[in-house]
Amino acid sequence: MMFPYYLSLLVFSPLIGILVLVFIPKVKEPFIKLIGFLATLPALILTVIAYIAHRNGAELSELAEKVGWMQFVNPEMAGKIYSIDYELGVDGFSLLMLMLTALLSTLAAIASIHIKKEWKGYFMLFLLLEIGMLGVFAAENLILFFIFFEITLIPTFFLIGKWGYFEKEKAAFKFLVYNGLGSAILLIVIMVLYARTGTSNIEAIMSIMASDSDHLVVSAGTKMGLLIALVVAFGVKLPIFPLHSWMVEVHVQAPPSIVMLHAGILLKIGAYGLIKFGMGIFPDQFQSLAVWLAVLGVINLLYGAFLAFIQTDFKKVLAYSSISHMGVVLIGLGALNAAGIQGAIFQVVSHGLIAALLFLLVSIVHERYGTSDMAKISGLAKSMPIAAGILLTAALASLGIPGMSGFISEFMAFLGLFKEMPVLAAIGCLGIIMTAAYLLRAVLSITFGEAKRENTEVNDVAPLEAIPAAILVGLIVLIGVYPNILSGSLTSTIETILLGMGG
Amino acid sequence: MDLETLLSYHWSIMTPEFIILGFATLLSLLDLFMPRKINRRILGWLALTGILAATISVFTLLGSAPESILYDTFRLDSFAIAFKLLLLIGAALVMMLAVSYEPRERIDEYRGEFYYLFLAGLLGALIMSSSGDLITLFIGLELLSLSSYILAGIRKKHLPSNESAMKYVINGGISTAITLFGMSYVYGISGTTNLKEMAAFLPTITNNQHLYLLALAFFMILIGLSFKIAAAPFHMWAPDVYEGAPLPVTAFLSVVSKTAGFIIILRILLSIFFNVPDQTGTTSLMLSLQDYLAVIAGATMIIGNVIALRQKNIKRMFAYSSIAHAGYLLVAVTAMSPFLVETTWFYLGAYLFMTLGVFAIIQIVTASADSESINEFGGLYRRSPFLAVSMSILLLSLAGIPGTAGFIGKLNIFMGALATDPAHYILASLLIATTVISYIYYFGVMVQIFFRQAESTKKFPLSPVVGIVIIICVAATVILGIFPNIAFDFLHEQFSSFKDFIQ
Repeated sequence: MMFPYYLSLLVFSPLIGILVLVFIPKVKEPFIKLIGFLATLPALILTVIAYIAHRNGAELSELAEKVGWMQFVNPEMAGKIYSIDYELGVDGFSLLMLMLTALLSTLAAIASIHIKKEWKGYFMLFLLLEIGMLGVFAAENLILFFIFFEITLIPTFFLIGKWGYFEKEKAAFKFLVYNGLGSAILLIVIMVLYARTGTSNIEAIMSIMASDSDHLVVSAGTKMGLLIALVVAFGVKLPIFPLHSWMVEVHVQAPPSIVMLHAGILLKIGAYGLIKFGMGIFPDQFQSLAVWLAVLGVINLLYGAFLAFIQTDFKKVLAYSSISHMGVVLIGLGALNAAGIQGAIFQVVSHGLIAALLFLLVSIVHERYGTSDMAKISGLAKSMPIAAGILLTAALASLGIPGMSGFISEFMAFLGLFKEMPVLAAIGCLGIIMTAAYLLRAVLSITFGEAKRENTEVNDVAPLEAIPAAILVGLIVLIGVYPNILSGSLTSTIETILLGMGG
Repeated sequence: MDLETLLSYHWSIMTPEFIILGFATLLSLLDLFMPRKINRRILGWLALTGILAATISVFTLLGSAPESILYDTFRLDSFAIAFKLLLLIGAALVMMLAVSYEPRERIDEYRGEFYYLFLAGLLGALIMSSSGDLITLFIGLELLSLSSYILAGIRKKHLPSNESAMKYVINGGISTAITLFGMSYVYGISGTTNLKEMAAFLPTITNNQHLYLLALAFFMILIGLSFKIAAAPFHMWAPDVYEGAPLPVTAFLSVVSKTAGFIIILRILLSIFFNVPDQTGTTSLMLSLQDYLAVIAGATMIIGNVIALRQKNIKRMFAYSSIAHAGYLLVAVTAMSPFLVETTWFYLGAYLFMTLGVFAIIQIVTASADSESINEFGGLYRRSPFLAVSMSILLLSLAGIPGTAGFIGKLNIFMGALATDPAHYILASLLIATTVISYIYYFGVMVQIFFRQAESTKKFPLSPVVGIVIIICVAATVILGIFPNIAFDFLHEQFSSFKDFIQ
């Protein structure tokens, strides 16, 4: 089943959709939406096939691809050959992320039925964004990773700035500048590594750094500096506490279907980068930084939860809730043991699904009420009982009720941290209580609050909207009751990371 | 010199220069004797033919062994051929813009001069690229400068055009004088104007006093030449001249003239100051003065990018953008990495295409609106999707977004700055930071194009010639961005890394 250039096809499959869209007149709304949706399917099918094959024992290394791309120094003059190859490959972790990306893209394409104008441009950018996100997780080469990372920036900027809400342009520019700076820092790290080691292949760099215990290739101070720069670069994306303000605005101003991808995937690139590059390339330095990551994680968790408690706009509650939940990822990483890392990765996947579900609901509700202000949409249980039910489910998943994916990830992350830093973990546990408090406050006031009279006339969830919601709820519960569906493919990744850490 | 020696020279290596010279003479004669009522536009096509013929003749010179004639004052090495290609391609595209240029008050009377002055300027630049002597270098420089002064003021009845020509002459005169003053020191110490002899003599200098004088000469030459490339401290002419001059002239100044500026800087730095020992005698004067060069580069990048943020006039904005790009290129010059010439060549090539494409689009948009405000781009997306998409691709390239030639160029410069020992971390970080600042104004134009409403819905009269320029530029930008190896392989195969630079 694995044919050559499997991953390339997977990553670039949305391009077919873009090319088809070019030739479609821009007034054919239903047709454009259909093409946009169909174009996300090949990637989904290919990732699922690869995942099933992997579960059945196929080696993922079969998928690796390598083609020479550019070589810009004559070896005679520089001594070292500086070449950059086009290298794709996956491990268990990145395969999961690819699957999550492909799935959420498909669902977000369905949720995009509520887009009101310029569907053609919207879907072309949407598919370009998908290419960028898929590429980020499939890149086996730092420079290629960076290229895909930057490619996600451009469509997101336009999607926010054109199809967003009232203050969309301000949010778009804030997004651009923050993330531009983040990726600038990332580029510095990548290029320093490249210039020093002479390669940009991730595995090659890992092995060079692992054998460089005497700090001959890169000095110890530089390594620490690079890791801190990396944490800042990915900290903007994640976001880590003082760097988060852009993300709240994006959550509020961007169209909900894009926020599904933004909260579901783009934020997770930060976590992915920290795990894959931070832990993978600088294992020793990461260990000395772990305490601080855990502290930052607890701050994120509490700060996000606290601010989420006082918001009146449901989108803002969700934005701060995302910050809070990303704290759990940091806590898991800070714990630096198998349970913690696994918890962090679980949280990445689980929050991706939950956030997508919540924003799907925002899009459904916003479509009908024209607002997401909690006071104005209250009484949802009367006007839209099904939506209210899904909302309650999503909120319960988000606050970590056992049996749902949120529970597993938080439980493991804290299990990891309690083993290493019990005091910090105890403080962090307050965050879990606060999470329950703010989510229940928000959801109860929306669901059972006093219904406004003008709200009683709205239709409940349409079948087309119910399908993505049902898929997401199903997956959240599936992971909750059968976590092995994720952990099965993660074991080898986590083992490799821990091996790098010295056991 | 008797006739025999004169005939014994291999004049064939000067073919491109002779062709341009011939066409310039022919054009001026035709302009003189042609009846007044004949449209001079035909001369523009003739000039274009000349440039294309010269380009072909450069291709036939590819791969020939380095050779010099006229007592080493004119040399044809791979450096000369490579940069001549850039100059000729740039000039050809500029000429295509010039042919279709039509200002409001019409310039029929002196349209002929318009064309052959371009050729004269180009001839100066070509001579600079292959001069082996300070005298020919200076003559080339002056030929280019004098032609440009007149060109800037060619719209004789247009006040800003006159103002810009005046400013250009005065600033240019001062800076040329400073350069010449600096050159006189070098001549005084080495006793020769020939670069090859200087390169042989200068390393033997031991007298510290002479070294101080040479350092002084270095600064004077550098500061004088910073005028030509529009770098700090002589950058202030650029915004005024770019704004006032006719658009093809602006394009000529920002591409051909700037390329010529870098040619002369590289020639002088590499063949003179790279060979001067510094006081300790361990390294070269050039390398020990690197920090000062870095200050110029840094200042240029900051000034260009920060002031561009505030511009309302599109030509003025691109003047600052062109200052910024000179700053990026100076980073490469400062770092003096082993692949300096390749990097500069590639970046100038990428810059040529992206800038000329942008100017072609500006020419269309501003001509039909009769205003040069950035707001004229409002709603361009609706008025002409072709122009809008082309402009975005070019802007993304200028901003250095992956997938475009601009990114590869910046990546090279960046790598060069980090690959040397000691690495130029600060300069590299500044390069990246100012690049992020540049996102704001480049994306600002795109915001106009895609998010704003058009004031008129009038379609643009798109002349096929300008259309071809735009298509060539966009295609080259994208192709070099995705397959950069086309250019790098060409460089490696044809020029074998410029090893014959001084021999």
